[in-house]
Amino acid sequence: MPSLDDLKKRIKSVKSTQKITKAMKMVAAAKLRKAQENAEKGRPYSLKMQNIILNLTKSISDPQNAPKLLTGTGKDKSYLCVLLTADRGLCGGFNSNICKLAKLNFKKILSEGKILKIIAVGTKGLDQIKREYGKYVIKKFSFKDKKQISFDEAQIIGNEVIKLFNQDEFDKCFLFYNNFKNVITQIPQAQQIIPAEIQESKDKEENFISYEFEPEEDEILEDLLPKNISTQIFKAFLENAASEQGSRMTAMDNATRNAGELVDKLTINYNRSRQASITKELIEIISGAESL
Amino acid sequence: MSEKFTVEIITPNKILLKSEAYEVIIPSYEGEMGILKDHIPLITFLKPGLIIIKDSEEKKYFIDEGTVEFVNNNLLILTSAAKNVESFENNFVEESIKSAEEHLKSSDISDKERYLISNKIDVLKDLRK
Repeated sequence: MPSLDDLKKRIKSVKSTQKITKAMKMVAAAKLRKAQENAEKGRPYSLKMQNIILNLTKSISDPQNAPKLLTGTGKDKSYLCVLLTADRGLCGGFNSNICKLAKLNFKKILSEGKILKIIAVGTKGLDQIKREYGKYVIKKFSFKDKKQISFDEAQIIGNEVIKLFNQDEFDKCFLFYNNFKNVITQIPQAQQIIPAEIQESKDKEENFISYEFEPEEDEILEDLLPKNISTQIFKAFLENAASEQGSRMTAMDNATRNAGELVDKLTINYNRSRQASITKELIEIISGAESL
Repeated sequence: MSEKFTVEIITPNKILLKSEAYEVIIPSYEGEMGILKDHIPLITFLKPGLIIIKDSEEKKYFIDEGTVEFVNNNLLILTSAAKNVESFENNFVEESIKSAEEHLKSSDISDKERYLISNKIDVLKDLRK
Protein backbone atom coordinates (compact mmCIF):
# COMPACT_ATOMS: atom_id res chain seq x y z
CA MET A 1 0.00 0.00 0.00
CA PRO A 2 1.61 3.25 -1.09
CA SER A 3 1.71 5.97 1.49
CA LEU A 4 -0.44 9.07 1.28
CA ASP A 5 2.50 11.17 0.29
CA ASP A 6 3.43 8.87 -2.58
CA LEU A 7 -0.08 8.98 -3.93
CA LYS A 8 -0.14 12.75 -3.73
CA LYS A 9 3.08 12.97 -5.69
CA ARG A 10 1.82 10.63 -8.36
CA ILE A 11 -1.38 12.56 -8.81
CA LYS A 12 0.60 15.70 -9.23
CA SER A 13 2.92 14.22 -11.81
CA VAL A 14 0.09 12.74 -13.85
CA LYS A 15 -1.66 16.08 -13.78
CA SER A 16 1.35 17.89 -15.13
CA THR A 17 1.73 15.30 -17.89
CA GLN A 18 -1.87 15.90 -18.72
CA LYS A 19 -1.20 19.58 -19.04
CA ILE A 20 1.56 18.92 -21.55
CA THR A 21 -0.48 16.54 -23.67
CA LYS A 22 -3.37 18.95 -23.62
CA ALA A 23 -1.18 21.78 -24.84
CA MET A 24 0.28 19.58 -27.57
CA LYS A 25 -3.17 18.61 -28.67
CA MET A 26 -4.19 22.23 -28.96
CA VAL A 27 -1.09 23.16 -30.92
CA ALA A 28 -1.60 20.19 -33.24
CA ALA A 29 -5.21 21.18 -33.79
CA ALA A 30 -4.19 24.68 -34.81
CA LYS A 31 -1.46 23.41 -37.09
CA LEU A 32 -3.75 20.78 -38.53
CA ARG A 33 -6.15 23.34 -39.85
CA LYS A 34 -3.41 25.06 -41.74
CA ALA A 35 -1.84 21.87 -42.99
CA GLN A 36 -5.19 20.57 -44.12
CA GLU A 37 -5.86 23.77 -45.99
CA ASN A 38 -2.49 23.50 -47.69
CA ALA A 39 -3.09 19.90 -48.64
CA GLU A 40 -6.41 20.77 -50.18
CA LYS A 41 -4.99 23.74 -52.02
CA GLY A 42 -2.18 21.64 -53.39
CA ARG A 43 -4.39 18.94 -54.79
CA PRO A 44 -5.55 20.70 -57.99
CA TYR A 45 -1.99 21.21 -59.19
CA SER A 46 -0.98 17.59 -59.03
CA LEU A 47 -4.34 16.48 -60.36
CA LYS A 48 -4.20 18.73 -63.40
CA MET A 49 -0.60 17.78 -63.98
CA GLN A 50 -1.59 14.11 -64.08
CA ASN A 51 -4.40 14.99 -66.43
CA ILE A 52 -2.15 16.73 -68.89
CA ILE A 53 0.29 13.86 -68.85
CA LEU A 54 -2.53 11.43 -69.41
CA ASN A 55 -3.68 13.42 -72.43
CA LEU A 56 -0.14 13.58 -73.70
CA THR A 57 0.49 9.88 -73.39
CA LYS A 58 -2.68 9.09 -75.26
CA SER A 59 -1.60 11.08 -78.24
CA ILE A 60 2.04 10.17 -78.27
CA SER A 61 2.95 9.04 -81.73
CA ASP A 62 5.91 6.80 -81.17
CA PRO A 63 5.77 4.87 -77.91
CA GLN A 64 9.14 3.28 -78.63
CA ASN A 65 10.92 6.57 -78.26
CA ALA A 66 8.88 7.87 -75.37
CA PRO A 67 10.91 9.20 -72.45
CA LYS A 68 12.12 6.55 -70.07
CA LEU A 69 10.59 8.32 -67.10
CA LEU A 70 7.24 7.39 -68.53
CA THR A 71 7.78 3.90 -69.83
CA GLY A 72 10.49 2.71 -67.48
CA THR A 73 13.84 1.24 -68.35
CA GLY A 74 12.30 -2.02 -69.40
CA LYS A 75 14.11 -3.75 -66.58
CA ASP A 76 12.78 -4.74 -63.22
CA LYS A 77 15.92 -5.21 -61.24
CA SER A 78 16.45 -2.46 -58.72
CA TYR A 79 14.02 -0.43 -56.71
CA LEU A 80 14.30 2.97 -55.15
CA CYS A 81 12.03 3.63 -52.20
CA VAL A 82 11.49 7.14 -50.92
CA LEU A 83 10.27 7.04 -47.36
CA LEU A 84 8.57 10.19 -46.17
CA THR A 85 8.13 10.48 -42.43
CA ALA A 86 7.98 13.15 -39.77
CA ASP A 87 10.88 14.68 -37.89
CA ARG A 88 9.02 14.66 -34.61
CA GLY A 89 7.52 11.92 -32.56
CA LEU A 90 4.52 11.79 -30.25
CA CYS A 91 2.11 11.45 -33.08
CA GLY A 92 0.59 8.04 -32.48
CA GLY A 93 1.03 5.45 -35.17
CA PHE A 94 1.89 7.97 -37.85
CA ASN A 95 5.54 7.07 -38.36
CA SER A 96 5.13 3.40 -37.51
CA ASN A 97 2.35 2.96 -40.01
CA ILE A 98 4.46 4.22 -42.88
CA CYS A 99 7.42 2.16 -41.75
CA LYS A 100 5.32 -0.94 -41.36
CA LEU A 101 4.09 -0.66 -44.92
CA ALA A 102 7.55 0.20 -46.18
CA LYS A 103 9.16 -2.74 -44.38
CA LEU A 104 6.61 -5.09 -45.86
CA ASN A 105 7.55 -3.85 -49.30
CA PHE A 106 11.27 -3.95 -48.57
CA LYS A 107 10.94 -7.55 -47.53
CA LYS A 108 9.09 -8.43 -50.69
CA ILE A 109 11.62 -6.68 -52.90
CA LEU A 110 14.53 -8.39 -51.21
CA SER A 111 12.90 -11.82 -51.21
CA GLU A 112 12.48 -11.52 -54.96
CA GLY A 113 16.22 -11.06 -55.21
CA LYS A 114 16.07 -7.48 -56.37
CA ILE A 115 18.27 -4.58 -55.42
CA LEU A 116 16.85 -2.20 -52.86
CA LYS A 117 17.80 1.44 -52.38
CA ILE A 118 16.24 3.75 -49.88
CA ILE A 119 16.04 7.50 -49.58
CA ALA A 120 14.86 8.46 -46.12
CA VAL A 121 13.19 11.81 -45.62
CA GLY A 122 12.51 12.69 -42.01
CA THR A 123 14.48 11.41 -39.05
CA LYS A 124 11.81 9.35 -37.33
CA GLY A 125 11.36 6.94 -40.18
CA LEU A 126 15.09 6.53 -40.54
CA ASP A 127 15.38 5.59 -36.87
CA GLN A 128 12.81 2.88 -37.30
CA ILE A 129 14.28 1.21 -40.35
CA LYS A 130 17.92 1.78 -39.48
CA ARG A 131 18.46 -1.49 -37.67
CA GLU A 132 17.13 -3.79 -40.31
CA TYR A 133 17.61 -1.84 -43.50
CA GLY A 134 20.24 0.73 -42.59
CA LYS A 135 22.71 -0.53 -45.14
CA TYR A 136 20.29 0.09 -48.00
CA VAL A 137 19.83 3.76 -47.20
CA ILE A 138 21.72 5.77 -49.80
CA LYS A 139 20.56 9.27 -48.95
CA LYS A 140 18.85 10.95 -46.08
CA PHE A 141 17.11 14.27 -45.88
CA SER A 142 15.70 16.18 -42.99
CA PHE A 143 13.89 19.46 -43.13
CA LYS A 144 13.65 19.83 -39.39
CA ASP A 145 14.57 23.49 -39.35
CA LYS A 146 11.97 24.36 -41.96
CA LYS A 147 8.72 25.55 -40.50
CA GLN A 148 6.77 24.73 -43.56
CA ILE A 149 7.75 22.55 -46.43
CA SER A 150 7.68 24.42 -49.69
CA PHE A 151 7.92 23.31 -53.28
CA ASP A 152 11.68 23.92 -53.23
CA GLU A 153 12.26 21.07 -50.80
CA ALA A 154 10.20 18.74 -52.93
CA GLN A 155 12.26 19.82 -55.89
CA ILE A 156 15.52 19.01 -54.12
CA ILE A 157 14.36 15.45 -53.61
CA GLY A 158 12.81 15.27 -57.06
CA ASN A 159 16.06 16.33 -58.67
CA GLU A 160 17.95 13.79 -56.64
CA VAL A 161 15.62 11.04 -57.78
CA ILE A 162 15.92 12.09 -61.41
CA LYS A 163 19.68 12.31 -61.17
CA LEU A 164 19.86 8.78 -59.83
CA PHE A 165 17.50 7.61 -62.52
CA ASN A 166 19.61 9.13 -65.27
CA GLN A 167 22.64 7.40 -63.82
CA ASP A 168 20.74 4.16 -64.22
CA GLU A 169 20.76 3.52 -60.50
CA PHE A 170 17.28 2.07 -60.33
CA ASP A 171 14.39 0.92 -62.50
CA LYS A 172 11.37 1.66 -60.38
CA CYS A 173 10.68 4.25 -57.76
CA PHE A 174 8.14 4.13 -54.98
CA LEU A 175 6.98 6.82 -52.62
CA PHE A 176 5.81 5.97 -49.10
CA TYR A 177 3.64 8.44 -47.28
CA ASN A 178 0.42 8.83 -45.33
CA ASN A 179 -2.59 9.93 -47.27
CA PHE A 180 -4.75 12.30 -45.29
CA LYS A 181 -8.34 11.20 -45.41
CA ASN A 182 -9.69 12.89 -42.34
CA VAL A 183 -8.52 13.76 -38.86
CA ILE A 184 -8.74 10.23 -37.51
CA THR A 185 -8.01 8.27 -40.65
CA GLN A 186 -4.69 8.40 -42.41
CA ILE A 187 -3.87 5.71 -44.88
CA PRO A 188 -0.24 4.75 -45.44
CA GLN A 189 0.40 4.55 -49.13
CA ALA A 190 2.94 3.27 -51.60
CA GLN A 191 2.83 5.18 -54.82
CA GLN A 192 4.83 4.30 -57.86
CA ILE A 193 6.28 7.40 -59.46
CA ILE A 194 8.76 5.95 -61.94
CA PRO A 195 7.64 4.75 -64.40
CA ALA A 196 4.74 7.14 -64.12
CA GLU A 197 1.62 5.33 -63.13
CA ILE A 198 -1.34 7.17 -64.46
CA GLN A 199 -4.83 6.38 -63.37
CA GLU A 200 -7.20 6.30 -66.27
CA SER A 201 -10.40 8.10 -65.59
CA LYS A 202 -13.38 6.14 -66.77
CA ASP A 203 -15.67 8.50 -68.56
CA LYS A 204 -13.10 10.51 -70.44
CA GLU A 205 -12.32 7.74 -72.89
CA GLU A 206 -14.97 8.72 -75.39
CA ASN A 207 -14.30 12.38 -75.91
CA PHE A 208 -10.72 12.05 -76.92
CA ILE A 209 -9.37 15.39 -77.99
CA SER A 210 -6.54 15.80 -80.41
CA TYR A 211 -4.25 18.50 -79.16
CA GLU A 212 -1.96 20.86 -80.89
CA PHE A 213 1.49 20.57 -79.41
CA GLU A 214 4.13 23.16 -79.39
CA PRO A 215 6.93 22.03 -79.45
CA GLU A 216 6.61 18.26 -80.14
CA GLU A 217 4.94 15.85 -77.72
CA ASP A 218 8.18 14.20 -76.76
CA GLU A 219 9.78 17.47 -75.89
CA ILE A 220 6.88 18.55 -73.74
CA LEU A 221 6.86 15.21 -72.03
CA GLU A 222 10.54 15.42 -71.33
CA ASP A 223 10.00 18.77 -69.69
CA LEU A 224 6.87 17.76 -67.87
CA LEU A 225 7.78 14.39 -66.41
CA PRO A 226 10.55 15.59 -64.10
CA LYS A 227 8.21 18.30 -62.93
CA ASN A 228 5.57 15.73 -62.30
CA ILE A 229 7.90 13.81 -60.02
CA SER A 230 8.58 16.87 -57.90
CA THR A 231 4.88 17.60 -57.89
CA GLN A 232 4.00 14.13 -56.69
CA ILE A 233 6.62 14.37 -53.97
CA PHE A 234 5.29 17.74 -52.95
CA LYS A 235 1.78 16.39 -52.81
CA ALA A 236 3.01 13.56 -50.62
CA PHE A 237 4.70 16.12 -48.37
CA LEU A 238 1.51 18.08 -47.92
CA GLU A 239 -0.57 14.99 -47.26
CA ASN A 240 2.04 13.84 -44.81
CA ALA A 241 2.10 17.15 -42.95
CA ALA A 242 -1.65 17.13 -42.54
CA SER A 243 -1.63 13.49 -41.49
CA GLU A 244 1.08 14.11 -38.95
CA GLN A 245 -0.85 16.85 -37.23
CA GLY A 246 -4.10 14.92 -37.37
CA SER A 247 -2.45 11.85 -35.98
CA ARG A 248 -0.76 13.84 -33.24
CA MET A 249 -4.00 15.50 -32.32
CA THR A 250 -5.85 12.22 -31.85
CA ALA A 251 -2.91 10.67 -30.03
CA MET A 252 -2.65 13.59 -27.63
CA ASP A 253 -6.40 13.67 -27.15
CA ASN A 254 -6.27 10.04 -26.09
CA ALA A 255 -3.31 10.71 -23.83
CA THR A 256 -5.13 13.56 -22.14
CA ARG A 257 -8.17 11.43 -21.59
CA ASN A 258 -6.14 8.56 -20.21
CA ALA A 259 -4.33 10.90 -17.86
CA GLY A 260 -7.69 12.17 -16.65
CA GLU A 261 -8.87 8.65 -15.94
CA LEU A 262 -5.68 7.87 -14.10
CA VAL A 263 -6.03 10.97 -11.95
CA ASP A 264 -9.58 9.96 -11.03
CA LYS A 265 -8.48 6.48 -10.08
CA LEU A 266 -5.55 7.72 -8.02
CA THR A 267 -7.72 10.28 -6.25
CA ILE A 268 -10.16 7.58 -5.19
CA ASN A 269 -7.26 5.49 -3.91
CA TYR A 270 -5.89 8.50 -2.08
CA ASN A 271 -9.19 9.32 -0.40
CA ARG A 272 -9.73 5.73 0.54
CA SER A 273 -6.40 5.34 2.26
CA ARG A 274 -6.81 8.70 3.94
CA GLN A 275 -10.14 7.54 5.33
CA ALA A 276 -8.63 4.23 6.39
CA SER A 277 -5.90 5.94 8.33
CA ILE A 278 -8.37 8.28 10.06
CA THR A 279 -10.54 5.34 11.04
CA LYS A 280 -7.50 3.55 12.35
CA GLU A 281 -6.50 6.51 14.48
CA LEU A 282 -10.02 6.86 15.83
CA ILE A 283 -10.11 3.21 16.86
CA GLU A 284 -6.78 3.63 18.58
CA ILE A 285 -8.00 6.66 20.54
CA ILE A 286 -11.28 5.03 21.53
CA SER A 287 -9.69 1.80 22.60
CA GLY A 288 -7.09 3.79 24.53
CA ALA A 289 -9.82 5.73 26.35
CA GLU A 290 -11.73 2.53 27.13
CA SER A 291 -8.77 0.86 28.80
CA LEU A 292 -8.45 3.69 31.29
CA MET B 1 -19.88 37.69 -72.49
CA SER B 2 -19.82 35.01 -75.12
CA GLU B 3 -16.41 36.17 -76.23
CA LYS B 4 -14.84 35.10 -72.98
CA PHE B 5 -13.24 31.96 -71.68
CA THR B 6 -11.96 30.96 -68.26
CA VAL B 7 -8.36 31.23 -67.16
CA GLU B 8 -6.84 29.39 -64.23
CA ILE B 9 -3.37 29.85 -62.86
CA ILE B 10 -2.46 27.08 -60.45
CA THR B 11 0.71 26.87 -58.37
CA PRO B 12 1.64 23.98 -56.10
CA ASN B 13 0.47 25.99 -53.11
CA LYS B 14 -2.85 27.28 -54.26
CA ILE B 15 -5.10 28.35 -57.07
CA LEU B 16 -3.69 31.76 -57.78
CA LEU B 17 -6.29 33.02 -60.17
CA LYS B 18 -9.55 31.90 -61.66
CA SER B 19 -11.31 34.40 -63.82
CA GLU B 20 -12.57 35.19 -67.25
CA ALA B 21 -10.79 36.90 -70.08
CA TYR B 22 -11.25 37.57 -73.75
CA GLU B 23 -7.58 37.30 -74.56
CA VAL B 24 -4.55 35.84 -72.86
CA ILE B 25 -1.01 36.23 -74.11
CA ILE B 26 1.43 33.57 -72.95
CA PRO B 27 5.19 33.36 -73.45
CA SER B 28 5.22 29.97 -75.10
CA TYR B 29 8.49 28.18 -75.55
CA GLU B 30 8.62 28.98 -79.24
CA GLY B 31 7.37 32.52 -79.06
CA GLU B 32 4.58 34.59 -77.65
CA MET B 33 1.13 33.31 -78.27
CA GLY B 34 -2.23 35.01 -78.01
CA ILE B 35 -5.17 32.86 -77.12
CA LEU B 36 -8.74 33.78 -77.90
CA LYS B 37 -11.98 31.93 -77.37
CA ASP B 38 -12.41 28.66 -79.32
CA HIS B 39 -8.73 28.15 -79.80
CA ILE B 40 -8.04 24.56 -80.75
CA PRO B 41 -6.92 22.26 -77.90
CA LEU B 42 -3.32 23.00 -77.10
CA ILE B 43 -0.58 21.84 -74.80
CA THR B 44 2.65 23.75 -74.56
CA PHE B 45 5.20 24.85 -72.03
CA LEU B 46 6.42 28.29 -71.19
CA LYS B 47 9.66 30.15 -71.03
CA PRO B 48 10.28 32.97 -68.55
CA GLY B 49 8.07 35.88 -69.42
CA LEU B 50 4.84 37.67 -68.85
CA ILE B 51 1.35 36.29 -68.94
CA ILE B 52 -1.02 39.05 -69.92
CA ILE B 53 -4.65 38.50 -69.16
CA LYS B 54 -7.00 40.90 -70.88
CA ASP B 55 -10.39 41.42 -69.41
CA SER B 56 -12.09 44.66 -68.46
CA GLU B 57 -8.69 45.41 -66.99
CA GLU B 58 -5.31 44.00 -67.83
CA LYS B 59 -3.42 41.75 -65.45
CA LYS B 60 0.20 40.80 -65.82
CA TYR B 61 2.01 37.92 -64.18
CA PHE B 62 5.67 37.16 -64.33
CA ILE B 63 6.53 33.46 -64.49
CA ASP B 64 9.69 31.44 -64.65
CA GLU B 65 8.35 28.32 -66.24
CA GLY B 66 5.07 26.58 -66.63
CA THR B 67 2.82 24.29 -68.58
CA VAL B 68 -0.30 25.33 -70.42
CA GLU B 69 -3.30 23.37 -71.47
CA PHE B 70 -6.18 24.85 -73.39
CA VAL B 71 -9.25 22.72 -73.82
CA ASN B 72 -13.00 23.39 -74.04
CA ASN B 73 -12.46 27.12 -73.59
CA ASN B 74 -10.62 26.58 -70.38
CA LEU B 75 -7.07 27.79 -70.17
CA LEU B 76 -5.03 26.08 -67.51
CA ILE B 77 -1.63 27.40 -66.53
CA LEU B 78 0.45 25.29 -64.17
CA THR B 79 3.49 27.03 -62.84
CA SER B 80 5.75 26.62 -59.84
CA ALA B 81 5.70 30.36 -59.14
CA ALA B 82 3.82 33.28 -60.60
CA LYS B 83 4.09 36.87 -59.46
CA ASN B 84 1.68 39.66 -60.14
CA VAL B 85 3.68 42.44 -61.74
CA GLU B 86 2.03 45.07 -59.59
CA SER B 87 2.99 43.34 -56.37
CA PHE B 88 6.70 43.25 -57.12
CA GLU B 89 8.96 44.24 -54.29
CA ASN B 90 11.21 47.16 -55.12
CA ASN B 91 14.37 45.22 -55.67
CA PHE B 92 12.89 41.97 -56.96
CA VAL B 93 13.58 42.79 -60.58
CA GLU B 94 17.13 43.95 -59.95
CA GLU B 95 17.94 40.94 -57.82
CA SER B 96 16.48 38.49 -60.28
CA ILE B 97 18.52 40.02 -63.09
CA LYS B 98 21.62 39.81 -60.99
CA SER B 99 21.16 36.16 -60.01
CA ALA B 100 20.25 35.25 -63.58
CA GLU B 101 23.38 36.91 -64.89
CA GLU B 102 25.48 35.10 -62.32
CA HIS B 103 23.92 31.87 -63.38
CA LEU B 104 24.64 32.61 -67.01
CA LYS B 105 28.31 33.04 -66.25
CA SER B 106 28.70 29.61 -64.69
CA SER B 107 30.05 27.31 -67.33
CA ASP B 108 28.11 24.09 -66.89
CA ILE B 109 24.80 25.02 -68.40
CA SER B 110 23.28 23.67 -71.56
CA ASP B 111 22.37 25.75 -74.59
CA LYS B 112 18.73 25.37 -73.77
CA GLU B 113 19.25 26.78 -70.31
CA ARG B 114 21.36 29.59 -71.69
CA TYR B 115 18.54 30.48 -74.04
CA LEU B 116 15.98 30.47 -71.25
CA ILE B 117 18.07 32.52 -68.89
CA SER B 118 19.02 35.18 -71.39
CA ASN B 119 15.38 35.38 -72.26
CA LYS B 120 14.50 35.89 -68.64
CA ILE B 121 17.01 38.71 -68.37
CA ASP B 122 15.53 40.42 -71.40
CA VAL B 123 12.03 40.26 -70.00
CA LEU B 124 13.14 41.55 -66.63
CA LYS B 125 15.05 44.41 -68.20
CA ASP B 126 11.94 45.40 -70.10
CA LEU B 127 10.03 45.44 -66.85
CA ARG B 128 12.50 47.79 -65.28
CA LYS B 129 11.53 50.59 -67.62
